[in-house]
Amino acid sequence: MLASIAFIIGTTLMYSTPLIYTALGGVISENSGVVNIGLEGMMTVGAFVGATVTYFSGNPWVGFLAAGLAGGLLALLHAIASVTFGADQVVSGIAINFLGPGLSLFFSRFFFEGSTMTKPIPLNQMMPRPFNGVFPKNSFLDQIFNQYATVYLAFVLVFIVWYVLYYTRFGLRIRAVGEHPKAADTLGVNVFKIRYIAVILSGIFAGFGGAAMSIAVVSNFRPTLISGQGFIALAAMIFGKWKPQGAMWASLLFGAAQGLIVYLGSTAINISSQILAMLPYILTLIILTGFVGKAVAPAADGIPYEKGER
Amino acid sequence: MDKNRNSKLLNWISGNFGFTLISILIGLIVGAVVLSIAGFNPIEAYGVMFKGVFSKPKYIAYAIIYATPLIITGLSVAFAFRTGLFNIGAEGQYIIGALVAALTGYFLKFPPVIHAILVIFAAALAAGLWGGIAGFLKARFGVHEVIATIMLNWIALYLNNYVVMLEGFKRPQTEASYEVHQTASIGLFENWKVSDAGREWLSNYPFLADMMRAPVNLGFIIAIILALLVWFILNKTTLGYELRAVGLNKDAAEYGGIGVKKSITISMIIAGALAGTAGAIQVLGVTKSVAVLAAMEGYGFNGIAVSLIGSNTPFGSVLGGLLFGILQYGGPKIQSALDAPSEVINIVIGTIVFFIAIPKFIKLVLSFRRKKRGEQHAS
Repeated sequence: MLASIAFIIGTTLMYSTPLIYTALGGVISENSGVVNIGLEGMMTVGAFVGATVTYFSGNPWVGFLAAGLAGGLLALLHAIASVTFGADQVVSGIAINFLGPGLSLFFSRFFFEGSTMTKPIPLNQMMPRPFNGVFPKNSFLDQIFNQYATVYLAFVLVFIVWYVLYYTRFGLRIRAVGEHPKAADTLGVNVFKIRYIAVILSGIFAGFGGAAMSIAVVSNFRPTLISGQGFIALAAMIFGKWKPQGAMWASLLFGAAQGLIVYLGSTAINISSQILAMLPYILTLIILTGFVGKAVAPAADGIPYEKGER
Repeated sequence: MDKNRNSKLLNWISGNFGFTLISILIGLIVGAVVLSIAGFNPIEAYGVMFKGVFSKPKYIAYAIIYATPLIITGLSVAFAFRTGLFNIGAEGQYIIGALVAALTGYFLKFPPVIHAILVIFAAALAAGLWGGIAGFLKARFGVHEVIATIMLNWIALYLNNYVVMLEGFKRPQTEASYEVHQTASIGLFENWKVSDAGREWLSNYPFLADMMRAPVNLGFIIAIILALLVWFILNKTTLGYELRAVGLNKDAAEYGGIGVKKSITISMIIAGALAGTAGAIQVLGVTKSVAVLAAMEGYGFNGIAVSLIGSNTPFGSVLGGLLFGILQYGGPKIQSALDAPSEVINIVIGTIVFFIAIPKFIKLVLSFRRKKRGEQHAS
């Protein structure tokens, strides 16, 4: 029993991590007033670049940072369209979701002899596990805490984003341009600059999220690796009411659903994994209807800002 | 005179159609650049693609078969768009339509034609209700339809996988359902073309014989009829007028006595029914069954691109869908012929959508050029 609980908690943490990074990215972008449904594409690029750079450099941290950079570059396109050119942010996000997987698979074929799967990263080059060997092998605590470094980093980032967003001048500015860009502009805040930074940051985080999948949870990139996780992260962000800590809890819940599926798959208990997999999305819909407290998006979320507009 | 024509041309280019053409051009150029960076000759690659679609009647038939569901999901997205809604849920509605088509095609027993018609209606109805959920949630609770439909897409995917695996529906030793009965098929001359008489007749008409090697079906004709129907509803009926009014200005429509909430729900039901029909005709015409889905198949998402490329009009969706079908069917041919990654197609489409999202950019470039010319005249 205890072993099962430890196993479920362990897998939950592992599967939640990519979602936490990406959902945090969503929190930053949407708090600045830019809807980002391109998270999926940015995450895919991150997963591909993370796996590829780690494979060739032999260093997972280099791969991880490169993944963030790649996600950020793709996000730059989204920023140019939605901030500078006042594009429909959903349309631009959809373009990103075509470009991300397109570029990833294209270059995967180019670097890996025509294959859309990157070569597996050798075990000794995977993300390190800081608590490996601290607890007795397969003990309760070992099952829970013997995680990849990316897992711990995700929780540290939740704290950092929460602090920055609510306790720093920069965070106040992000929220100001997301709630009332005109007022922020009047007070001398550069709306465009803040939104650019926020969108690029969201891409960097989504890139981390993808890499947390491809160089920690599994050891390579393949076409179906991300399929849908970016959208789950988007749901987690909304479920968490556009707040970093909320997004974290929601990601943990979604990860737990995944953990349960894995656990039940290894036992004889006959609950359809398909029904379980549905639950997070149904819960998100219920949350949105307002039965479980009101979820309010930043006021200017999705609305392009034009200087001098009344 | 010449100047007049010039400005007319500029006006035409600055219209929606011109923007779209420029975006398509930019998409193809970006694709070419990416191909040449990867060390392939883009002209050769595009040539292979072109020949791979247009050099044989069979290929053309295949491209049209590829395009058909995309045209219809494009119509679904375009319809919602015109009424001020963003239907990202065409994917899920398509899945529901395909699933219900497979179920009713297998479990019901009716004479030919009647069976197919019933199946398509059942699929459209179910998918319409599925889309209606998002419309209702928006009208009643103010839930943004983009988010609601994304959630509904995934619920539909898992629901599909759950139902496909059910005892009695799942074909043993496969991850797919039983095939629909022949009575529900919309394939053209399916039995006849493989019969002795059919073969003999076709041997006299090489063009038709080659074309009939593809799973030719009524889907494309249905798609065209639906496009006309959508155009008619939007432009020639009171309902369409009201829905478009809501799309153009919600508050003004409300003031004018139009039930905004009701029209949001109705609009999503119609959009859902359209996408569901796409799923149904794909099952009845091509796949004959539904399978466990590991990931989204993309009919709905590609439908969004189709609609955007078609400026969210019914006629445009037909053209956009055909373009998409050509790219999607022709793309993999560069893989086999040149070893060039066919994913370049997604890059091309992504770029097209990206530039369609920013008409301001093209306007800026055009106005910049005009200004420059003006300066030259001044000096």
